[in-house]
Amino acid sequence: MDPATKRPVQGSAKLVMDSYAEYALEVAIQLKEKHPGSKVVAICVGDKPTDDVLRRAYALTADEAVRVWDPAWADLDSQAVAHILARTIQKLGGADLVLTGREAGDIERGVVGPTLAEELGCACATIVARVEAVEGGTAVVRREVDGGYALVSTRLPAVLTITNDETNVPRLPKVKDLMMAARKPITTLGAADLDLDPARLASPLELVDLYIPVQEGQCEIIEGDDGPAKAAALARRLHELKLV
Amino acid sequence: MQNVLVYAGADQGALTKSAREALGAGRRLADALGATLAAVVVAADTDALAQEAIACGADRVYAVANPILSEYQPDLWVAALEAAARAASPDVVLITGDTAGKELAPRLAFRLRAGILTEVSAVAVEGGTVRWTRPVYGGKAMAVYTAKGPVVIGLRARMHDPAAPAEGRRGEVVRVELSVSPELAATRIVEKIQQALGGVRLEDARIIVAGGRGIGGPEGFKDLEALARDLGGAVGASRAACDAGWVSASLQIGQTGATVAPDLYIAIGISGASQHLAGITGAKTVIAINKDPDAPIFKRATLGVVADYKTVLPHLHAELKRILGK
Repeated sequence: MDPATKRPVQGSAKLVMDSYAEYALEVAIQLKEKHPGSKVVAICVGDKPTDDVLRRAYALTADEAVRVWDPAWADLDSQAVAHILARTIQKLGGADLVLTGREAGDIERGVVGPTLAEELGCACATIVARVEAVEGGTAVVRREVDGGYALVSTRLPAVLTITNDETNVPRLPKVKDLMMAARKPITTLGAADLDLDPARLASPLELVDLYIPVQEGQCEIIEGDDGPAKAAALARRLHELKLV
Repeated sequence: MQNVLVYAGADQGALTKSAREALGAGRRLADALGATLAAVVVAADTDALAQEAIACGADRVYAVANPILSEYQPDLWVAALEAAARAASPDVVLITGDTAGKELAPRLAFRLRAGILTEVSAVAVEGGTVRWTRPVYGGKAMAVYTAKGPVVIGLRARMHDPAAPAEGRRGEVVRVELSVSPELAATRIVEKIQQALGGVRLEDARIIVAGGRGIGGPEGFKDLEALARDLGGAVGASRAACDAGWVSASLQIGQTGATVAPDLYIAIGISGASQHLAGITGAKTVIAINKDPDAPIFKRATLGVVADYKTVLPHLHAELKRILGK
C-alpha cells in the first residue's frame, strides 16, 4: 500500500482475472456450448498488462478479446468503468447477454453490472447463480435472494451479474488452447474510438483515508491432553461466559 | 443543511430489519447534520408502512402507492425510488443493505446522476462534512470517502443500529404519483424458493456453527448441523466448503454470501481468510477450532482450540447437551 496515493502497489504481482469474472466467463462458455453459433467476446478495461487477463479468456475459449484503455484513465471509479464498457459494447454492435462478476473481488462495490444495464438501457438481473434457459428473447435465471433463491425471467438484451455456484466453477484450460491463446489478436480501443461523456468519467467521490484496521482480540487457547479434554474445557468456558 | 432520504423496504406489510437499520443510520446522520429525515416507502398500500417509518424516526415519508407494487420487482422499484427522489431532492439517499438494496442503489444513482458508494459500514460527520467508511480488499483495509455532490449510499447489512419504533412520533406523509405499466418490468421474479436449514435463517441466527475446508467433505457437515440444531442455531460455511460442493452456496458466509452478526460464531476448520472474516465483523464472540495454530481465525477468536475438529466435536456436542439439559 502506497501511503501517499492511498492505493495498493502492484509490485511484481501478476494481474489475474477477477474471480467472479471467471465464473461469468464460465457461464458464457457453457451458454456458447449450448447455443451453437453464439459468440463470446471478453472485454477488459485496463492498460497493457491486462492482456494477460484476456489471454486467459482466450485459453478458456472466448472467441474475441477487446481491451479498452486510455492513458488519461488512471483512476476510474465503477460508474466510469460501466460507462466505458457500455460505449464499448455499443461500438461492437451490442450483445444479447452481458455477463459481469457480481462484484469486483478487490473493492467489492457491485456497482458495475447494474450501472452498465442502466447505461445500455437494458434489463438487469443481479447475483445470478445459474442461467436455466435462454429462449425466444427471454432468459430464465436462478438468482440468490435473502434466505434462498428466486427464479427470475428477464427480457433480452440483459446484463446478468454472476455469482459462484457449483454449476459454474471455472474449468481449467486445455494445453492446446493455452498455446493458441498466446497467438490470438487482442483488439484495442481508446477514448477516441468511443463516444464518451467526460462528465461520467470524473469520480463524484474523494478517497480521503485508507487504513488497515488493527485486530485487537486476545484469543484464549483452551488447553487439554487430548480432544475430549479440550472439548470438555471449551464447553465449561462457553457455559461460564454465558455463551450457550 | 442537507436532505437525507432513506429507502425503507418492506416485506409482508412491515418494514424489514434492513429498513430499520437504514432509518436508524439516517436519523443519526440527520441529527448530526441538523437536517430533516425523509423516508420512501413503496407498496400497493403504504398507509401502515408510512406510519411505521415515522415511528422509526422519519420526519417526512414519501409514499409511492400503486396496486402494481404489490410484490418486489426491481424495475418498478427503481422507477418508484426515482420518482420519490425527484420529489425530495435529497443530497444523500441511504439504501438498505439487503439484496434488493444492492441492485437498486447503483441503478438509482445512475438515474439521479449521483455518486454511489456501497457496503458503507460507518457514517461520521466532521465539520458538516459526511465521512463514509467501507471495507475494501476483502476487509483487509478500510476506506473513507467524502462526496463532491449528491450521493447514493448502500449500507452494509447488520452494521448500523436499527431504529426502535417510538409511539406518538409525528411526521408528514407526501403521496408520490407513479404511472407505470407492468411492461416496464423487464426482469420479473417468477418464483421464490426459501431455504432454511435447521429452521433458522443464517442472517437472523443468534448462534452459528460454521465449517470450512477442514471439515473435509459433506458428511462432516451433518455433525455441524446436529450441533447447530441442539444450540438453536444455524449452519454456515466458508466459500471453500461451498465451492467444493459439500454444502449449498446459500450457506456461504463472507465477503460474498451472507453477512452475519450472531452472538456466538463457532468456526470449525475455517482458516479465517480476510474475505471470510469480512462476513462476520458483526459477530459478538468467535470460537475457533482448527488444527493449525497459525490459522488467522485465532486472531479474530475469543476462545480457541488447536486440534483436529473430529477429536473435539462429538465430545463438545455431548458436553453442551449435558449443560443445556437435553
